[in-house]
Amino acid sequence: MDKRLVKSCSVVVGHYGGGKTNFAVNLALALKAEKPQTPVRIADLDTVNPYFRTADASELLLSRGVIPLLPEFAGSNVDIPMIPSALRSAVRDPAGFTVVDVGGDDGAVALGMFRSDIKAADAGVFFVVNRFRPLIATAEGARDCMAEIEELSGLRCTALVNNSNLGAETEARDLLDSLEYARECAELCSLPILCHCYMPALVPDLPEKFASAGGDPSLLFPMEQATKQLF
Amino acid sequence: MSDKVLMKGNEAIAEAAIAAGCVYFFGYPITPQTEVAEYMARRLPKVGGLCLQAESEVAAINMLMGASAAGTRAMTSSSSPGISLKSEGISYIAGCDLPCLIVNVQRGGPGLGGIQPSQQDYYQATRGVGHGDLRLIVLAPSSVQEMASLTAEAFDLADTYRMPAMLLADGALGQMMEPVDFSAFPKRDLPPKDWATNGTKGARKKNIVNSLFIEPDKLEQSILTRYERYKKVEAEEVRYEEVMTEDADIVLVAFGITARIAKSAIAEARKAGVKAGLLRPITLWPFPKKRLCELADTAKAFVSVEMSMGQMVDDVRLAVNGKRPVSFFGRTGGMIPSVEEVTAEILNVSASL
Repeated sequence: MDKRLVKSCSVVVGHYGGGKTNFAVNLALALKAEKPQTPVRIADLDTVNPYFRTADASELLLSRGVIPLLPEFAGSNVDIPMIPSALRSAVRDPAGFTVVDVGGDDGAVALGMFRSDIKAADAGVFFVVNRFRPLIATAEGARDCMAEIEELSGLRCTALVNNSNLGAETEARDLLDSLEYARECAELCSLPILCHCYMPALVPDLPEKFASAGGDPSLLFPMEQATKQLF
Repeated sequence: MSDKVLMKGNEAIAEAAIAAGCVYFFGYPITPQTEVAEYMARRLPKVGGLCLQAESEVAAINMLMGASAAGTRAMTSSSSPGISLKSEGISYIAGCDLPCLIVNVQRGGPGLGGIQPSQQDYYQATRGVGHGDLRLIVLAPSSVQEMASLTAEAFDLADTYRMPAMLLADGALGQMMEPVDFSAFPKRDLPPKDWATNGTKGARKKNIVNSLFIEPDKLEQSILTRYERYKKVEAEEVRYEEVMTEDADIVLVAFGITARIAKSAIAEARKAGVKAGLLRPITLWPFPKKRLCELADTAKAFVSVEMSMGQMVDDVRLAVNGKRPVSFFGRTGGMIPSVEEVTAEILNVSASL
């Protein structure tokens, strides 16, 4: 991961189902692991999908010292689309890290009310792409998706996250084959690559293969499965 | 590079429908199926089709009737309360002998219920969707791959037998993501739609699509003709999957997402020394009653596992026809039974034999 691109506030956006939430949770866990004395928060700003969300990872986050900022009624019978009330003060706090997990595609509209706070915080806005999601499977598709998100949120993306995966069936070659896609996306979107995500539990030998395929090992970001698996 | 793509179940339905030549989608948003319409809205215009968000479910189903009467491949999609609203139109479509696809990504009921997955619409899909003597072909996918393959199959079945087909999924299947391979779906030879009201061009007699018959003898005759086709569907289109039934003392019967839980549970039960197996109906209508009746010769008991208060269990009892005890296990209202719960039930039933 190119750590120079990570600021005190990280906003994670992208096409739904691309792996935003899993990346956001892992980013928060990694920040906490690196700086245990610094407060790290993760905010669930997904007002779109009630099935898969940050709230599902609460237990894991709390056990590692990350503070989840959830909508007041998340997971309850009144789980309505709403914004966690502590988000604005968290974004404005330069002393800690805040990761904001945004809803997919037009879910980015919820960012609008925090636009000035996010701009003032000089936040990193990370656009997550996945070569195996059909609507963003080409660099052009990814660029269109990013353009929609930027227009709705009023924010500019600052870096690209390559989270190409096929869920539990992901193989090392799928990730290696996605490098060219990630480069094309980065070029067309005019973004630097923040990282290439992978799960050591699924592809333990990836770093070695990645290096011999000419990839920059410092850009690899190991992740664990942090979001809910229904089956 | 893998030929597979990573998709939500709802997206797989939409993409498979487009690949199968569906050009019209009429719908109204409702959780947990809204991604079907969202995907259609993005993709259909690009392939020369039309995705229309109607003013209501009632309007959407009647638009579907029109599109189908004109001989086009068309579909609608909704979730449980929305299907209730569509039921009048579905009855009209059945009465007009029109082929189309109706998708139900089930959520908890009754009433507004909840947004979590359920299988509480089994009766509705196989018995009570609309008034009159009528049947739908009902297909129950169990994976995101089947959300795609059975969507394609449903269109072909509907066209072959000139009747509506329903894909009966649930919120879990609609929302979960799995790799899907779109490369190899079997294709059927389909009859020409020579009944379609798509303009005579002055070259033929006009076609009439209608469900109104004032004379009872004519209405009866139209129903009898339709039931001849239903009989053919029952004879030729039953589909199911069997897992370890050969030596099974206890056969679970489960469809859709519940069958995946049942599969894990029978493996656990076998570790505990109980010979359990699974019959997974893929078609809920026609129901695999003949095969279940055969299994009753070797199995000692049947357990229907469902996310409801017990609906399919009635069909299992009818099929087993008193030869063996049939019991029910399930959770309802959006709760998903756990592998542990189902395993414990298998062991309970085994102990009671």
